[in-house]
Amino acid sequence: MCIDCGCGSSADHHHHHDHDHSHDHSHDHVKGKTISIEEDLLSKNNRLAGNNRALFQEKGLLVLNLVSSPGSGKTTILETTLKELQSELGFAVLEGDQQTSNDADRIAATGVPAHQINTGAGCHLDAHMVGHGVEHFDLDKTDVLMIENVGNLVCPASFDLGEDCKVAVLSVTEGEDKPLKYPQMFRNSKLMLINKMDLIPHLRFDLEKCREYAKRVNPEIEIIELSCYSGEGLDKWYDWLREKLAAKK
Amino acid sequence: MHELGITQSIVEIAERAAREQQAEVIRSVTVEVGSLSGVVPEAMEFCFEACTRGTMLEGAALLIEQIPARARCLNCSYEFPLEELLACCPECDSAASELLSGEELRIKEMEVD
Repeated sequence: MCIDCGCGSSADHHHHHDHDHSHDHSHDHVKGKTISIEEDLLSKNNRLAGNNRALFQEKGLLVLNLVSSPGSGKTTILETTLKELQSELGFAVLEGDQQTSNDADRIAATGVPAHQINTGAGCHLDAHMVGHGVEHFDLDKTDVLMIENVGNLVCPASFDLGEDCKVAVLSVTEGEDKPLKYPQMFRNSKLMLINKMDLIPHLRFDLEKCREYAKRVNPEIEIIELSCYSGEGLDKWYDWLREKLAAKK
Repeated sequence: MHELGITQSIVEIAERAAREQQAEVIRSVTVEVGSLSGVVPEAMEFCFEACTRGTMLEGAALLIEQIPARARCLNCSYEFPLEELLACCPECDSAASELLSGEELRIKEMEVD
């Protein structure tokens, strides 16, 4: 046992056998047999994500998994997008947070079906939560399912939800080096939205560096700069959505 | 702390495999953790103690085999160890490479009685 936390770390196994004597004693326990397993630890999540993906495919849905730090503006981007496009496209929104239904309430106020998933102590959404979450929606009336993940740039990177792609949101009030600090998330995302562009004049955020860092981590990543307050870049984002949905139909 | 859920999967998979083999005791379980898997081995060890209590794995040793990341350069095909996701090819300095290993998160085997 590890004396610090009792975690069973093997680092404390220092058996200093003096091996200059002959080994004539027998061990009194039978050595166990070894069973080969070779199973992915995420296999259950991946299997459920596969089920979700098959369902979304059958319904012709575009499914986006929005990931970011807390406070980057995911919910505001969604509100703005829904108000603008809900007459054109059928949306549904799954909201992931540890506690409260505040975000789902904000989305529901736009008139779009929304369902809140509270993860409690959990730091990410998983495929099981999403599979049950979409039971609250009429998927036949839905074109685009938006999944707003828990604000966290680490853990959600490992959990496939069955989405078409991840969209990483980074706001200019954060550091431009976030793609370097959290490379796994930006490498796994198809699009990066640089949000709160209206604040750029007040900040020392280096936009060029941010783009360069994101491309270094993921040469394929697409980048759109936008602001929900000035409206800058929103048309590009809407066109991106329409294009991705058209490719699904 | 997503290691908690992942460690719970170790318990689920190992107990299922043990029952299939009619084993009574699980002595040790070996998992492979890639350096880019997003899992911190120390956090997994910490969770293992809590997750195994009252299960067939209670008291079992958790053996973590860490798998280093390797990549192949898409420009010159040179294979090299990847210390971090952003490393360029040491031969031709190209930033474009494909990952050969490092994302493993797998229960490999276990020792039972």
